[in-house]
Amino acid sequence: MELFLQQVLAGLATGGIYACMALAVVMIYQAIDHLNFAQGEMAMFSTFVAWQLLQWDVPWWAAFVLTVVVSFVAGIAVERIVFKPIRNAPVLSHVVVFIALFAIFNSLAGFIWDFTIKPFPTPFGTAPLFGSGLVSAHQAGMIAVTLLVLVFLYGFFRYTAVGLQMRAAALNPQSARLVGVRVGWMVALGWGMAAAIGAIAGLLIAPVVFLDPNMMLGILLYGFAAAVLGGLDSPGGAVVGGFAVGIMENLVATYVPVVGPELKLPIALVIIVTVLVVRPGGLFGRVHVQRV
Amino acid sequence: MTALLEVRGLRAGYGDIRVLHGLDFAIAEGEVTTLLGANGAGKTTTLRALCGMIPTQGEILFEGRPIRGRATEDVVRLGIAHVPEGRGTFVRLTVEENLRLGATARRDRAGVADDIARVYATFPILEKRRLQQAGTLSGGEQQMLAIGRALMLRPRLMLLDEPSFGLAPLVVRDVFAVLAAINRDDRVSMLVVEQNASLALSLADEAYLLETGTIVMSGPAQKIREDESVRRSYLGY
Amino acid sequence: MDARAETRPVVSPAARAPALTAGRAILLAGLVVAVALPFVAKSFLVFQLTLVLVYAIAICGLNLLTGFNGQFSLGHGAFYALGAYTAAILMEHGNVPYLWTIPAAGLVCFVAGFLFGLPALRLEAIYLALATFALAIAAPQIFKLSPLEHWTGGNQGIVILKPDAPFGLPLNQDQWLYFLTLAVAFVMFWAAHNIVQSRTGRAIMAIRDNPIAARSMGIDTALYKTLTFGVSALYTGVAGALGAIVVQFVAPDSFNVSLSIAFLVGLVVGGVGWIPGALFGGLFVLFVPNIAEHISKGLSGAAYGAILILLIYLMPSGVGGLFHLLARRMRRFGR
Repeated sequence: MELFLQQVLAGLATGGIYACMALAVVMIYQAIDHLNFAQGEMAMFSTFVAWQLLQWDVPWWAAFVLTVVVSFVAGIAVERIVFKPIRNAPVLSHVVVFIALFAIFNSLAGFIWDFTIKPFPTPFGTAPLFGSGLVSAHQAGMIAVTLLVLVFLYGFFRYTAVGLQMRAAALNPQSARLVGVRVGWMVALGWGMAAAIGAIAGLLIAPVVFLDPNMMLGILLYGFAAAVLGGLDSPGGAVVGGFAVGIMENLVATYVPVVGPELKLPIALVIIVTVLVVRPGGLFGRVHVQRV
Repeated sequence: MTALLEVRGLRAGYGDIRVLHGLDFAIAEGEVTTLLGANGAGKTTTLRALCGMIPTQGEILFEGRPIRGRATEDVVRLGIAHVPEGRGTFVRLTVEENLRLGATARRDRAGVADDIARVYATFPILEKRRLQQAGTLSGGEQQMLAIGRALMLRPRLMLLDEPSFGLAPLVVRDVFAVLAAINRDDRVSMLVVEQNASLALSLADEAYLLETGTIVMSGPAQKIREDESVRRSYLGY
Repeated sequence: MDARAETRPVVSPAARAPALTAGRAILLAGLVVAVALPFVAKSFLVFQLTLVLVYAIAICGLNLLTGFNGQFSLGHGAFYALGAYTAAILMEHGNVPYLWTIPAAGLVCFVAGFLFGLPALRLEAIYLALATFALAIAAPQIFKLSPLEHWTGGNQGIVILKPDAPFGLPLNQDQWLYFLTLAVAFVMFWAAHNIVQSRTGRAIMAIRDNPIAARSMGIDTALYKTLTFGVSALYTGVAGALGAIVVQFVAPDSFNVSLSIAFLVGLVVGGVGWIPGALFGGLFVLFVPNIAEHISKGLSGAAYGAILILLIYLMPSGVGGLFHLLARRMRRFGR
């Protein structure tokens, strides 16, 4: 029983990472109505930028703010430069461009900063929280920041005019234009916000998994899975999904020994897909009723 | 009466297919103008052309200023609200969110809440369903929502694409009564595109007849409605 | 009005004929070149072109599923691996002659694809993408599993002997494999073309464009979708078997996620929903990563990505899209 509890708590800790990433995934989905495979690599790149700032003796929180702002601008730039010219191309072509971006960011990061694993400092300290053995200060800080971002996103989409316009632009661009929404800029804004959230995720994750150009792919996939599990239009669901995925991953690894570490991810994905077969909208997503 | 919207030599199409071959018409301020025609005549294309949704040639003047070639979002900001074919509601958003979106182009935040209340007063059924997903509303209710959303703009001109489409006769009667009231009480000029000629002619002041991309007849709605030969050869009743 | 004028066809047969014979001429010329190539090219190039054909068959399979039937698969690398391992295991443990392993691999993959297609019926777009992606990631790990090691050779995999040309034909091994692959590719592309042009093909495409309308017209969408999954897997499995024979070994790490992604990229670059596109896709998948490395050793990934983005700019719908655009222009010109 104690092992179970330990694994659950450990799962919650790693789940915080996935929750963070899942929020960024949901963000981009709200903006462009599909998933961006390059998001993990962009977050990784942002984290490297922050690392470089830290190497230049910029204080941690200043580097944090600077990185998030730069990532926001970069996200908008990527959308305007890379995606605007092909906005009428079929969906699969967009997917291929995501793949291309993945390759570019991964390769660039490796080239500029090489592939050796680097440690990344945490602003929260590594001491266990309140001296208990349950969770470290950093993990607590990670969960706290994730929840803050979540609250911000919830408020943004639910209560602000811009948030509503962004959702409208993604759901029905034609109708959105007819009410005066500047659809192109909504998409760009969505990209900027997703890049910013991705940067925050990267900065929180790097102290735990260490910094290297290949750090994000597995995490991005878990983030996708968590977002889908929670329901792609529900930021809260994404966070819950993230924790659920973390716990599931740990329990599977502990109790199903024939499964090596490499099979953890596909099994987690299979479990999630099974859930989706039963509940197509995800755990918390709205099921969409459609009149034929 | 001054023309609110004037169109000269409007040509438009989709890719290789030309649909409008040089239209000339005008919408007088404060009036309801109707554009009649059968399927495929080019009615929807005309509305899309006015809103900058498709590439066009010719002249479009709103309040005397040329607006052809402007992006849809900018045309909207001039005070032109378009209720498109098929309503164009945001089916995954709630009724109230749809209405709030209608006010996107407005500057005055304060008036928005009042206007939502007014829309609910005009369409009580919408208030009942305000937190429901718009996609779950019936056809008639969605049409009311679409009109309500257009009203949120406080438009000078409303463009309506086949408001009677797919609706039961009683519902259609109510919708058209509301349109008449809006035109009369709020002084909103309208361009109503319709297949249902008798209905449109009873609401409109001025009528244009569109046939395969050209205007074949125009005049006061009353006259066209009373002219038997026109009705029989063009309107089929 | 003159009755004859009313029944006049939109495009007169005389105008249509040039387009048909142009297509046939290109095909014939292409075949001539393809047959002549191995006699003038170096062995390594012949080997590479054989692999291009192998990938083209795999991408053709993916095209049937994703391009024509609208089921998004990020996991076709798994079927390729299954086909490859089926062939290898049959040869290694069953002493089956290599030629028979090819249809065997196809059959095994058809069944696997059909079975996977059953639960896939319940999954839409994104969810199907995730599920197939899980399959792609899982595949190499499954082939590494210890209980199966006796059969699969574990991490080391299985080595396959390169076959000689039969009947003492004056061809070296690379040339023989090239012609074998070319023949198989021709047959399979021809079959795919026929499927697409048939009523079945129209049903499959109807399901892609409007599943509800298709169902209401009486098309058994469930049956067609699962069968298409099976056929698609069959194609990719055959490709896998051929690939294994050509490359002479199978090992888990050659079938990781990047293979599935490469197939998808090849599909889009070649042209979704255009049968000949798979050939261009195969060319892209084999040669462009090499070109990228030539451009910059350290930034090969960035070069690859840049080339890919450039191609999508120039041809947003792939080579197929470009082809249709040119065909439309030429038709307008000829009017």
